[in-house]
Amino acid sequence: MRSQEPRSSASCAACKLLKRRCTPNCIFAPYFRSDEPKKFAKVHKVFGASNVSKILIEVPEEQREETVNSLAYEAEARLRDPVYGCIGAIALLQRKMIELQHDLALARARLARYAATTSSAIISSDRVSMGPFGEFQVPAASCGGFIDSFSLNSYEVNQDAHMYDFSQIPYV
Amino acid sequence: MNPGRCAACKYLRRKCPSDCVFSPYFPSNNLQRFASIHKIYGASNVAKLLQQLPVHHRAQAVDSLFFEAHCRIEAPVYGCVGLVFTVQQQIHDAATQLAKTRAKVAVLKSTAHHSQIQSDSNVFLPGPQSVAHLGLFNQASFGFI
Repeated sequence: MRSQEPRSSASCAACKLLKRRCTPNCIFAPYFRSDEPKKFAKVHKVFGASNVSKILIEVPEEQREETVNSLAYEAEARLRDPVYGCIGAIALLQRKMIELQHDLALARARLARYAATTSSAIISSDRVSMGPFGEFQVPAASCGGFIDSFSLNSYEVNQDAHMYDFSQIPYV
Repeated sequence: MNPGRCAACKYLRRKCPSDCVFSPYFPSNNLQRFASIHKIYGASNVAKLLQQLPVHHRAQAVDSLFFEAHCRIEAPVYGCVGLVFTVQQQIHDAATQLAKTRAKVAVLKSTAHHSQIQSDSNVFLPGPQSVAHLGLFNQASFGFI
């Protein structure tokens, strides 16, 4: 007996790709709409539907949309750069951060010189420490400190790495 | 049982062939590394990814996969994308501080320049008699040249 509900229009993108019936409590349906087939295709290619399902089941329902979006971002990054994936994007951002830190140090030195010369009271009272990243430490606690092992040099070694702009997260 | 199985084949409980795609990157003494990657990506997906890469890129690919898998296990909602957010925010904050600092430098530079001009004007500001004296002095100087 066929279901009275038309299958193709009711199926989410995941069930369409997996060629299965999309049930009312399909875990993918709220996050992989049928008009966004590429989103699930990418996530499936990198992680696999089964693994995505397990990850989603583990997180609270109210956080599943964010989870899916971050998985889509990671999958996109991995497909663009199969060697470094998201790490490549982080390395690029870190490089930008180091450049900014350098420029900020120069600007502060210049400010100090002018302030000393003119005896001006316009000195920033919110100085931050100037360690390797100043106060702008890349938090490693949540990922066990692994980020240090991916130096910018190791990223640059990959001559085939595609440099792309990940400054705009699709869903922000 | 093959005692020389790599960690992947041990984990998957299978024979480790001589051309196993995993064995160079998953030594048998570190099961956790493969377990993490397998949990997030699955052995089949990782094998396909590695097979598509030149051999000299595979070690880095495995390292980055392990890093991302580890991040995802530790932070299931955002994984390593959380780091992207954090660094982006830090860049934004640093850029804002840089703009503010440069603005302050511009103000002080302008103040210093203006003070210098005033200072120079006070030294050379001529009175009515000194102008004439200056003119005579210059003519005399030319004579010596």
